[in-house]
Amino acid sequence: MTAAKRRLYYQLGGIIMKSLAELKAIRDRMQGQVNMNGEDGNKIRVLVGLATCGIASGARPVLTALADKVNEKQLDNVTVTQTGCIGLCQYEPIVEIYEPGKEKVTYIKMTPEKAEEVVEQHLIRGRVLTQYTLNETKL
Amino acid sequence: MPEIALNVLDVAQNSIRAQASLIQITVEVNQPADMVKIIIEDDGCGMTKEQIERVEDPFYTTRTTRKIGLGVSFFKMAAISTGGSFSIESEPGKGTVVTAVFGLSHIDRMPLGDIGGVMHTLITFNTQIDFVFTYIFDGRSFTLDTRQFKEILEGVPLDTPEVSQYIREFLDENKTETDGGTVI
Repeated sequence: MTAAKRRLYYQLGGIIMKSLAELKAIRDRMQGQVNMNGEDGNKIRVLVGLATCGIASGARPVLTALADKVNEKQLDNVTVTQTGCIGLCQYEPIVEIYEPGKEKVTYIKMTPEKAEEVVEQHLIRGRVLTQYTLNETKL
Repeated sequence: MPEIALNVLDVAQNSIRAQASLIQITVEVNQPADMVKIIIEDDGCGMTKEQIERVEDPFYTTRTTRKIGLGVSFFKMAAISTGGSFSIESEPGKGTVVTAVFGLSHIDRMPLGDIGGVMHTLITFNTQIDFVFTYIFDGRSFTLDTRQFKEILEGVPLDTPEVSQYIREFLDENKTETDGGTVI
């Protein structure tokens, strides 16, 4: 561990803990830079069902994959949030995409891999991946 | 639900829906006592005596979409089946405390799972709520208190990518330091 890195950790009962010094450094970097805009009118909203049915079917890795990919691609016009039970438990994990002025798209039986594809194709390029949507399923 | 951590994520959703402003989650692993104890405590709307009696019933829910609610029932069953215990204390207007104790070495105990990941999800997707996460392993412990984080951040949101990444590392690194990387 380098001296600079060691400064970010502290000892507690013989164990080395990550300290909050790094968080202060992040704050100093981000302040003024973070766009704390309140205008959400033009944002694309991505909702992941995170009730018992969703969690049991693997919604958490899907939620994490979506959030990570959206951050990685710096899609500032997209917000990823969690929601409750959408009401179609047998099709979980479910991801809903609300785009202003467009019809809602519901993706079903999602996986982290499909979620990354949705970010690449749907959120970035605007192409709906119909093969994963609820509309394609014979209910 | 294949992991204790996912049960925590699920049961914590009840605290969020109860409009809690502070949710305290404690995970205690005690090898000499052969137990894992989980405490989820919130300051949300709480429940009446009648609601507490019915909450462990899978066919009871306050939700209106359908007449079934499995979260608490799953958590209780998972704990009881390992020779552990389960309890809910609640008071309207004050909040709720859910406690589950698992037999650590019991063959039916599900793995703890990615508790750091679950805490990270709860914290970064519910930035309006404060969380205190305490992890105890055989007497050694660490705590993450988002109130302390927010004070340092002076308005920089917890879900900013760099802060989010830091929270993930803080949880994972300190957990490994506390339990020495023991798989639980």
